Amino acid sequence: MDSKKLTKDKFGGFVELLSKQKLYVPQMVGETLRFAPVSSKDEVDLVFSNTVVPPKSVLFPQTETLYEYEAGGTELIMPEEPEEKVLLGVRPCDARALTIVDKLFSWDIDDPYYVNKRENTTIIGLACQEPGINCFCTSLGGGPASTEGIDLLLTDLGEGYLLQPLTEKGEKLCQDAGELLVEAAGEDRQAAESLHQEAAEKIVRKIEVDTIPQKLEELWESPLWKNISDACLGCGACTFLCPTCHCFDIQDEMEGFEGRRCRVWDSCMFEEYTLHTSGHNPRPTRRERTRNRVNHKYSYFVKNFGTIACVGCGRCIDNCPVNIDILDILSQVVKEAI
Amino acid sequence: MKDILNPYKPEIATVEDTWFETQGDRAIKTFKVVFDNEEKRESWEHRPGQCAMIGVLGVGESMISISSSPTEGKFLRFSVMRAGKVTQALHELEPGDKMTVRGPYGNSFPVDDWKGKKILTIGGGIGQAPLRPIVEYVKANRGDYEDLTTIYGSRTSGDLCFKSEFEAMRERGDVNVHLSIDIEEEGWPHYVGFVPSLLMEVNPSPENTIAVTCGPPVMINFVLQNLKKLNFADEQIYTTLENRMKCGFGKCGRCNVGNLYVCKDGPVFSYATLKEVPEAFA
Repeated sequence: MDSKKLTKDKFGGFVELLSKQKLYVPQMVGETLRFAPVSSKDEVDLVFSNTVVPPKSVLFPQTETLYEYEAGGTELIMPEEPEEKVLLGVRPCDARALTIVDKLFSWDIDDPYYVNKRENTTIIGLACQEPGINCFCTSLGGGPASTEGIDLLLTDLGEGYLLQPLTEKGEKLCQDAGELLVEAAGEDRQAAESLHQEAAEKIVRKIEVDTIPQKLEELWESPLWKNISDACLGCGACTFLCPTCHCFDIQDEMEGFEGRRCRVWDSCMFEEYTLHTSGHNPRPTRRERTRNRVNHKYSYFVKNFGTIACVGCGRCIDNCPVNIDILDILSQVVKEAI
Repeated sequence: MKDILNPYKPEIATVEDTWFETQGDRAIKTFKVVFDNEEKRESWEHRPGQCAMIGVLGVGESMISISSSPTEGKFLRFSVMRAGKVTQALHELEPGDKMTVRGPYGNSFPVDDWKGKKILTIGGGIGQAPLRPIVEYVKANRGDYEDLTTIYGSRTSGDLCFKSEFEAMRERGDVNVHLSIDIEEEGWPHYVGFVPSLLMEVNPSPENTIAVTCGPPVMINFVLQNLKKLNFADEQIYTTLENRMKCGFGKCGRCNVGNLYVCKDGPVFSYATLKEVPEAFA
């Protein structure tokens, strides 16, 4: 299907159409910009850099009930089928991240909680025009207008949006939008392309990643890990806010007679993450935990899935309370003499 | 949930029988459990070395090795050391009580590839639990294997698991049983010393032999060194790893050693594989 154009006076109508499914857009929740459901088109504002919490939180919630039960009972009450969802305003890096998380959650055994939600969700991407200071998506094979993981990509042309349907779900949305849309003109497409080009040029931070997986294997015992982890507080912000991090804990919770077994985000930066009941910890200090985090993303994931588990969104750099910078770490890895 | 089997959803199983293997703060209690669902009871299949996630609703789940061999019948056995919150709750279960069980998880000992060979197990403490199904499997298919030798030790005689089973094997003579305790005790007729030393004393020939070891990390390390001294090749040596686990099938992340997950790529590893894996002996 060819590209369409949505003029801004029709944007409200388009949002109303999307609202027929459960619509998530970036919103301030407390002090945090994150994807949250909207009830009215007035709550939709697509002027933002990127959400603090990545949209993975919709498909892989921070806390999710696996099943419920009653105290003393043995009947397991399973959650209902997930409803159809639309995520509007997903940045291309975060959509790409979902394709990375997909690999893990459909590895050997499908994770039904994630996979069912993922199938029922339409991703409407929004091309970046003002990349953040710590963005480095172009080094990881992405870009401000990359299309991986996106069903329908929007580019803000000023007076309207260019809509590029990329999948059947995206095409269906365009069909449903009907007269709200017009065929995009050649100049609209050219305008979008040059905006994409300009945005890519605004990304200043870069790294050559090709040698990193191999280098990491060779640097296993390097003093680098102690040096870079000395400042780490072990707060886990880098992993919680990472769009590709997917590790979780499973916990039972009782409230009165109602119980549930749920999964909650966990972080490899926490001591308890690998702590054995015996008291033994195979990753006893932040040195081992930092080494694992970097190796998991840039070496182990590559071995298991053929891709680096990082999209260069820059959140771990933006949000680290002690300014640990993954690009600095990677630059040291690249430069380190073996 | 549609079309996809939910791997997180456990089966309910009933404790049919239970007994203490050892006493004390870190007592070991064995549970014989059967699935409530008859279809599941029939369809369940596991191999020696595999694990299951067992739990108590309202408390949590723990990954425990299945200590029975599939050749023993339509039940599962778990030998659980009381160590934390979940194992404490499991220890409170009595016959008739329910637990949750899901699995089986992980790879298994390639017992069928070992046919025609001599089998040597070297265990310490609760580490005998994953080795027990090998012993039982070989016993049930005795004609398919050469000698079966079991070396097993613990700190004191009170810390030995499966004592009556070892006595029975010794009496029947179908398994070469070598027991040890770390510290001298009055009336103890067997070896006194550490398991790796008993291994040297037994002095098994590596010829056509598979050695499998499981126990505390420090014991495993010395057993591996001694097996090398006895000229066992890396490919003849197997061990199991354990790590904290939550899901059991490679999603939750935490049990990795390098790019491998103990829950799905293990828990059984040949020494030839493990030598190449970062953190394997961390």
